[in-house]
Amino acid sequence: MAYVTYISGPVVKVALEKEDVKLYELAYVGRDSLVAEVVEVSADEATLQVYENSEGMRLKEEVRFSGEMLGAYLGPGLLGRVFDGIQRPLEEMGERIGKGLSLYPLNRERVFRFRPGVERGSRLFAGEIFGEVDEFGLSHRLMLPPGMEGVVEYIAPEGEYRIEDEILRLENGFGMGMVQKMPLRTPRAFVRRESPKEPLLTGQRIIDFLFPIAKGGAASIPGGFGTGKTILQQTLAKWSDADVIIYVGCGERGNEMTEVLEEFPELNDPRSGKKLIERTVLIANTSDMPVSARGASILLGLTIAEYYRDMGYHTALMADSTSRWAEAMREISGRLNELPAEEGFPAYLASSIAAIYERAAIVETLGGGVGSVTIVGAVSPPGGDLSEPVTRNTRRYTNAFWALDRELASSRFFPAINYSQSYSAYAETLKEWWMKKDKEAPALREWMLSLLQEDSALQKIVKLLGSKALPEEQKLTVETAFIVKELFLQQNAFDEVDAYSSAERMVKMASVIKRLHELWVRCHKEQRIPVDVLKSQPVVAELLRLKFEIENGEAKKYDELAKKIVERYDTLAREYGG
Amino acid sequence: MFVEYRGAKSLKGNLLFFESVEGVGYGEKVTVRYGGRELYGRVAALGTGVTLIEMLGETHGIGVEDLRVRFSGEPFKIGVDLSMLGRAFDAFGDPVDGMGPCLAKRRVDIAGSAYNPANRLHPKEMIATGISVIDGLNTLIKGQKLPVFALSGVSTDELVAQIVRQIGSSSKKSAVVFAAIGIKHENADYLIKNIMAGGEYADTVLFMNMADEPSVNSLLLARSALTVAEYLAFEEGYDVVAVLYDMSNYCDALREVSAKREEIPSRKGYPGYMYSDLASIYERAGVLKGREGSLTQIPVLTMPDDDITHPIADLTGYITEGQIVLDRALHQSGVYPPINVLPSLSRLMNKGIDKVHQREANQLYSAYAKAKRAQMLASIVGEEEVSDIDRKYLEFAERFEREFVSQGAYEKREPAETMRIGWRLLSMLPASELTRLKPEDIAEHIDGAEEQNGAS
Repeated sequence: MAYVTYISGPVVKVALEKEDVKLYELAYVGRDSLVAEVVEVSADEATLQVYENSEGMRLKEEVRFSGEMLGAYLGPGLLGRVFDGIQRPLEEMGERIGKGLSLYPLNRERVFRFRPGVERGSRLFAGEIFGEVDEFGLSHRLMLPPGMEGVVEYIAPEGEYRIEDEILRLENGFGMGMVQKMPLRTPRAFVRRESPKEPLLTGQRIIDFLFPIAKGGAASIPGGFGTGKTILQQTLAKWSDADVIIYVGCGERGNEMTEVLEEFPELNDPRSGKKLIERTVLIANTSDMPVSARGASILLGLTIAEYYRDMGYHTALMADSTSRWAEAMREISGRLNELPAEEGFPAYLASSIAAIYERAAIVETLGGGVGSVTIVGAVSPPGGDLSEPVTRNTRRYTNAFWALDRELASSRFFPAINYSQSYSAYAETLKEWWMKKDKEAPALREWMLSLLQEDSALQKIVKLLGSKALPEEQKLTVETAFIVKELFLQQNAFDEVDAYSSAERMVKMASVIKRLHELWVRCHKEQRIPVDVLKSQPVVAELLRLKFEIENGEAKKYDELAKKIVERYDTLAREYGG
Repeated sequence: MFVEYRGAKSLKGNLLFFESVEGVGYGEKVTVRYGGRELYGRVAALGTGVTLIEMLGETHGIGVEDLRVRFSGEPFKIGVDLSMLGRAFDAFGDPVDGMGPCLAKRRVDIAGSAYNPANRLHPKEMIATGISVIDGLNTLIKGQKLPVFALSGVSTDELVAQIVRQIGSSSKKSAVVFAAIGIKHENADYLIKNIMAGGEYADTVLFMNMADEPSVNSLLLARSALTVAEYLAFEEGYDVVAVLYDMSNYCDALREVSAKREEIPSRKGYPGYMYSDLASIYERAGVLKGREGSLTQIPVLTMPDDDITHPIADLTGYITEGQIVLDRALHQSGVYPPINVLPSLSRLMNKGIDKVHQREANQLYSAYAKAKRAQMLASIVGEEEVSDIDRKYLEFAERFEREFVSQGAYEKREPAETMRIGWRLLSMLPASELTRLKPEDIAEHIDGAEEQNGAS
């Protein structure tokens, strides 16, 4: 029997006798059966990383190897639940996170109504869908696990089953219920990657309109503390138009997870009308929970996301924060006496980050459908320094970059996305989609970006000399940019009307602003009306306020407003002309 | 049971390499005896041949020969009891107030264990501190952890004492657990006089370790204090406010211990696990389902060199739910409390206040941010050259700091009064500038305010 020979925090060394131990195999350590993973093996010794607190463990305690990799149980009943990093259901764990609790993640007793989708004698391939059950109104499609295939010998007739009842058996003897177990570290197979061409709509104007993310894409949100990373992540989890949301709280505050747990059952998904919690899987490994399980939490999230992807759904994973995950890796690496590279991080930091973000994809699934996993990772750079290793390497593997800015945050400008530092490589690919919505949209976007760009340059002068020093034409730019920032870029996540913007509403808003700008330019050019007069017309204040009143369904009201604005400035021009 | 072992192999700083003894647990508490001295220690690593013991205390003058070790068979524990209220203790939970021993109901592991997030309640009840900048703009919520980012030489003791005094007197069953971590004797005297003195305030438990004690004690002290705080909050139903003062001393102790263990340092020599370690302290705050009390934390840290990006402030800010940041310039211009509004934040405030308050706070923030920009501009081009609207903002900034931020060290402002001052100041600005407010706010609070300035 294998036994413990060395303990230092989460790192435990084990003397082997005859066990055939494999890397990343799951093991149970000691009297408390703490969950651990093998990270190094030699002929007579293995090094394990323990996913629970090892305090109180003694030498010579027994170690059992499970023979399988650390994996996730995938089946009906995942949605609406909250798990820790190694998929233990937190609702069942009591007040504190105890040690050595071995809890089955899914509900074994709950019955689901199964509807078969294949018949006896039909040939099934890996990933093929053979039936479905209903999970909060979502068709939970049951698939043959990857790597399996064969002819159906038995398929259960329609009826109520528990998840472990056998509902499928192949002629080769393979049988299964509704649950499959998949290793966390191996990405699920698919037929081919497709190129992202549809946006993941988040309802956030600055994201969707200026720096969009595609379904199957990856984005990062770097930001120092207090810049609103978590609120933005939660907002994205609330409003993104994905079928399934996986929210991973990795090394973050306990209260934030509690907030999601309290709030999501109350909120409705604006598209389906279902409760938000019913499309969400929460994974919580808070900062005070064992460090080593942080790494597992993101992998668990990805494994669940890929499972729903393979049913043909669009899934989105929000990870907050990947820096804590990287730090956990640094801590374990240090205890293993590995040679550190930059700032104590192991040299494999970049490849580990790549391994996470490369699992974002839109694919043709083995079952023949199309599904996607979109990843949005928050990064917490120490001291807000975007050149530190985790931020830098994350940037390499994510195509959308939403940099949060402390100065914006401290003037309560939210979302505090810095529009000159941020970018999205998906804007080009999503152009077509926006063209279909409104053929003006891409042009409006470009106009807005170049206006903001010009404004940033002018702001430097304003900062030094004041806006008085600008010539009138440039004042117009600065004033329009002010409206863009106040009206369009700023969005109040706590205001019922403003929290979510439909694509139609975004285009309308943008076009009203552009219209206003054109009117100003014309009035100024033709009648020499001073900018101070132009900008202080009451219609401008009305425009700014109406964003809290015009709802998504009423985007047409912006047309009326535009008309009113045109009339106002026509009158003004006449007054001046006369 | 308590057999003493010999078998010290070598000593290095406060690390003792000891021959491994059967049945010893990782993290166990040990007592090291040498000559007439006794030291506590902790099992820091266990191997088949060697056990690494970290000694807590001064190790000079200790030798290998006659050294004996007693293993306790359990981790560090502290006794908890209601009779601890009004008493003072050291890091190990031993009374230091000369009032004799304290009987403990039971003994609890000071390391605590992680709270299950599914079993927390999201904090949503405001705690009035009577300080405008906090109540109005950075509202403290019961169960929150809201640190004060202090500066050396800026009136921190006064502010901390005022917060504790004014919170204490506002709630019925409340207690303060004050952890003085590695502080100077002078400061300790001031705080004890101002917090513990006087019976009208909340019950207080004091934990103290002085700057000249071995620094590792600081690591235990914070945990001992929080263990008692948790007991009072979640078992006895008190609303507990735990003040940890000063967490910078804690972090420096952590760095010192890490360096002695020869661990790979991360930024500025602090260990890579400092985030997790701090989290295991700060996360011990909150409100739990089915429990009556609450545990609110006010950690205080001194930003080294006034640098908010220093690892101590930075990592704290990433874990806590906001921060109250002090400012040297304000202090020097005589503003008390010298709280810099712009970088300060309370993440939970929106849960504890109504929408109107939210919008007012938002508007004050944004106006003050603009005013600060105007000030910067005015300092370059001169006040004469700024636009009319910027001049209004300059005036706003001045009055904001004088009327809203400033208050007396013994002045307890009612939240409603704080709000009124806010509206009065906002009414200095033209309505077109108040974009964060709704028309009804303006109608109700601005148009009616005494100093209507109109949309010029």
